[in-house]
Amino acid sequence: MKALDPMVFYAVLVEMMGPWLFWSLILLTAFGLGTFAWVIFREKGLSSRRLVRCELIGVAGGFGALWLMAYVTVSGFTDAGGPVDWLLIGLIWGGGLVGTTILSYASFGLRDRFRWQKRIRTDEKTWPGG
Amino acid sequence: MTFSERKESSKEKNLQSNSCKDCSRRDFLKLFPLLAGTALCMHAQQSEASEPTKTKARIVIAGAGAAGLAAAAQLAKRLDGAEIVLCDARKEHYYQPGFTLVAAGLKPPGYTVSATADYIPPGVKWIPESIVEFDPAGNRVVTDKGQIVRYDFLIVATGLKLDFAGITGMDPALIGKNGLGCVYAGPDAAYATWKAISDFADKGGVGLFGRPKTEMKCAGAPIKHTFITDDHLRRRGNRGKAEIIYAAHNKTLFSIPIVSEKVRMLYEDRGVDIRHEHVLTAIDPARRRATFATPTGNAEIGYDFINVIPPMRAPDVVRKSPLAWRDGPFAADGWMEVDKGTLRHKRFANVFGVGDVAGVPKGKTAASVKWQVPVAVDHLVATIAGTTPELIYTGYTSCPLITRLGRAMLVEFDYKDNLVPSFPGVIAPLEELWITWVMKTIALKPTYIAMLRGKA
Repeated sequence: MKALDPMVFYAVLVEMMGPWLFWSLILLTAFGLGTFAWVIFREKGLSSRRLVRCELIGVAGGFGALWLMAYVTVSGFTDAGGPVDWLLIGLIWGGGLVGTTILSYASFGLRDRFRWQKRIRTDEKTWPGG
Repeated sequence: MTFSERKESSKEKNLQSNSCKDCSRRDFLKLFPLLAGTALCMHAQQSEASEPTKTKARIVIAGAGAAGLAAAAQLAKRLDGAEIVLCDARKEHYYQPGFTLVAAGLKPPGYTVSATADYIPPGVKWIPESIVEFDPAGNRVVTDKGQIVRYDFLIVATGLKLDFAGITGMDPALIGKNGLGCVYAGPDAAYATWKAISDFADKGGVGLFGRPKTEMKCAGAPIKHTFITDDHLRRRGNRGKAEIIYAAHNKTLFSIPIVSEKVRMLYEDRGVDIRHEHVLTAIDPARRRATFATPTGNAEIGYDFINVIPPMRAPDVVRKSPLAWRDGPFAADGWMEVDKGTLRHKRFANVFGVGDVAGVPKGKTAASVKWQVPVAVDHLVATIAGTTPELIYTGYTSCPLITRLGRAMLVEFDYKDNLVPSFPGVIAPLEELWITWVMKTIALKPTYIAMLRGKA
């Protein structure tokens, strides 16, 4: 077999992170994407106001991803030496941005949903004749 | 047909294939798996049969280092019913590529230490005894406790011997004292070396680096530590107080000409004084003086820090056995006489040699193990199955050559001194890059561990 085996990548990633962290991240990713999709479905579209707020959080998330990478590699971004390094830095920052944006959008969407449901229940109790 | 006869019939056929098929997979998309830290995986050439081969063969693996454990894992996957026996007295397993990071002050000694038992595959029997005699004519080995272990096939993966006695005055117990360092001598020695480097980086003086004239594991390591020490000096503002000397054993700095020239340019840039054809023969640790053999006689150089790299030879048990080369460039140090493409012994057809002990032109690195073991296993299994083996070892090895803290060059090459980059056009092999440093610091160890488990 000369083709690249995805199981090799799986094995290396599990060794790199340990099974607990690896599967926690997989679950977190699944939760984030699933909830994001659910929120969009229930709200029948994107809330532009919430999205902008989450994108701002995402920017911080991108920098957080860069900090994490620098920490685990015992290095800094002044070490970038060629275009591929800047590409990698962009990918890490972009990954952190997108991931944080989706997670925060999903979380805020859930929160708003619960708040709205709670308000409905409260209104039903206080409504005359309710 | 006996195992040996079947082997002979397959041996003539196995040189026909070539692993250059890997070339077709070199494209930009490789960058993304790289982020997962799997540069070593990109040359994947597993040849695992979909169904394990049924056999009653008894296979002995001598040595439970990287090569021995990887071979055990792959054999356990590919054979059904075989009796696989691993012989090694060492209880601790060292991730040796990590010694560089320990001696650079970036990782603790424990980063490189784990237990051999953690990697013994199910179904493989581990005899925690050292082999003291190889008897390939009698198809048996003898352990230090007198146990005779017979085999149908033998894989020798004993590693090599650091011959400290080859340098007069050198005592491993002195590592870390009086400016004496030695990255190779184990996790604690690597850490003691870091302490000595740190002390040198604080005070300055003369830093002396070099390599032996014998074959050695990871020939990039002495160069890496020259750069690392230079960087520590610069970061502490003491580079001006220090003179760094690199004593090369011959007229080059690295066995691959194009890499040698690149290192020369970098040394010039960093102000490293190169002394060619200087072979360390003696040190006086108390007086901090080193003696080198040169074409014009002995030369003595004083130092404040020295990174001693002892001559490396095959372990005595191999060197004094019928398995060693009897003539040629690998005979003097007793490396194992194997075919460089198949890793099969040239005189004993049921014996293979992998890892550091193999007498092949290149490759005493973990990356070499990564590519040698599947080839040896493929040929062994093909012999058992009576089929034609598919794989040939081209001499591929790689070295993330650290050129400063935070950057490295990903140098990959083969027997022909060709550069064989895994990411052509993306990661230039002679460019100092952060991405290569990222691979070295977070990706190589998990890849190595996955290799031990037979998963990479």
